[in-house]
Amino acid sequence: MEVFEESRNLQLYIDGFLMILRLTVTSAVLSLVLGTVLATMRVSPIPVLRGFGTAWVNIFRNTPLTLVIIFCSSGLFLNLSISPVNIFNALPGFIGDALSLIGLPTDPQNLIARNFWLGVTGLSAYTSAFVCEAIRAGINTVPVGQAEAARALGLTFLQTLWIVVLPQAGRAVIAPLGSILIALCKNSTIAGVIGVTEAAFAMRTLLNANGDHVLAIFLVFAGTFAAVLIPVGYLFDWLARRLAVKR
Amino acid sequence: MSNNVLYDHPGPRARRRNLILTILFGIGLAALLYYIYVRFDRNDQWAAERWRPFLEADIWIDFLLPGLGNTLRAAFTAMVLSLVFGLVFATARLSDHRWIRWPAGAVVEFFRAVPLLLLIFFIFIGMPFVFRNLEQPGWVPDWLWPNWIYESIPAFWAVVLGLTLYNGSVLAEAFRAGIRAVPLGQSEAAYALGMRKYQVMTLILIPQAARSMLPVIVSQLVVLLKDTALGYIIAYPELLQQTRIINATYGNVLQTVIVVAIIFIVINSLLTWFAHWVERRTQRGGKAPSALTGADEEIATEGTLPVTPHRADVGGGA
Repeated sequence: MEVFEESRNLQLYIDGFLMILRLTVTSAVLSLVLGTVLATMRVSPIPVLRGFGTAWVNIFRNTPLTLVIIFCSSGLFLNLSISPVNIFNALPGFIGDALSLIGLPTDPQNLIARNFWLGVTGLSAYTSAFVCEAIRAGINTVPVGQAEAARALGLTFLQTLWIVVLPQAGRAVIAPLGSILIALCKNSTIAGVIGVTEAAFAMRTLLNANGDHVLAIFLVFAGTFAAVLIPVGYLFDWLARRLAVKR
Repeated sequence: MSNNVLYDHPGPRARRRNLILTILFGIGLAALLYYIYVRFDRNDQWAAERWRPFLEADIWIDFLLPGLGNTLRAAFTAMVLSLVFGLVFATARLSDHRWIRWPAGAVVEFFRAVPLLLLIFFIFIGMPFVFRNLEQPGWVPDWLWPNWIYESIPAFWAVVLGLTLYNGSVLAEAFRAGIRAVPLGQSEAAYALGMRKYQVMTLILIPQAARSMLPVIVSQLVVLLKDTALGYIIAYPELLQQTRIINATYGNVLQTVIVVAIIFIVINSLLTWFAHWVERRTQRGGKAPSALTGADEEIATEGTLPVTPHRADVGGGA
């Protein structure tokens, strides 16, 4: 433990996990929204939308996340000069201000902010494919009669889906969404590949510098993940059981 | 149940509306594609010399195929090892003795919760430091003491061991669920015939559980294959790592990443298709589907566990 008594090392650890938290929360929100939209597309009456959703899911589900994130960095940014953080130039200023108030880097000139949002783009694009499939599978658990009754009342497709089916499906997908969230949290370590200073690369720095304490360093970092993620898993199990639709 | 449970059969007005939406979305999509095209164009990414290498044999023989070979070699080794790991720990977690059950449970829960990248970093960077401090005890003869531990750990084994510990733990949970899903009467009948515990497990439970576990195993292989790309980070020369080398020669990183992505998508789609095929073949009897979308999947995600209604395990697939 003496490694972490040095304030510089302790700071590396804290910053690393704060970055994991930022990456996870931001990507979770974005991929939940995007995944729900994709799921709506995939069950919609319009073939083009269905095709788009299917293509998105098949592409991102079958590509390694490392590749997606490297594509964001060397493809989007270096070769196509697309940088997602620039969106804050277009958005009204108070959005950026609000986000930086909760600790997200939003300054387009800032290198850290640039890499952070490139990482978030990759993580969200990848995770939304899994969210979409989980929600679509959840829609399958809703009895057909629910949708038939909604249609008999004259509800349109979007009304049927959003008012009747999705609220019931949502309760069935709490457990899978929990697993996706846990996977996302672990996956956010991969953002380190494009220079986001998160926990895994903080650990690598410490391992390289403190050869005598490698086991302690690993146990602290891995233990932090385990101590948070195992209870979160049980929490989602409990929530899923509690909120399950009794049929 | 086909797709149209969620909406009425379109009449003339709905058809017109759908057509309008199709056109609108089509225009949007075309605009997006045009934007991408312009971006490529402005950055000179359509230049023939950036794409032509992929039409020639050299780049495939020198870089892409060896990279693919290394990816498959790591994935295959890790798959075999994690199957063994999974079976051992699943059986251990089902043991009647709690001094076996609890440590096995702790190991499985721990490795499922730790990011794979952390494991790989520790094995690759940390383990040599641990080994360096080990000294040969006097009572161990020279020929028995493994001197190789003082050398650095090959990137191949760091990737394979990391993948094994993680995917093995995920598979252990899948196997455990599969074994527990076998009806209780099966093992009761076996005990009544006078079988021993290991006989019940190996002759009665595992063969029956294997049927339901096969699709899980195949879909875990997709996760595992994708995760080999983490080898990129510690310079294991797998497929993704080759993009660096190709880029150094041809200066076309964007194009290479796209080609490598297509290779991954094709292989994984084939595996997924195979998993579905296996699932259809092994499914006994019919369960009444109440599907609204016509999708035949259970609620399950990456690293699917189509076994329990709650926490389907998600592989941390990268």
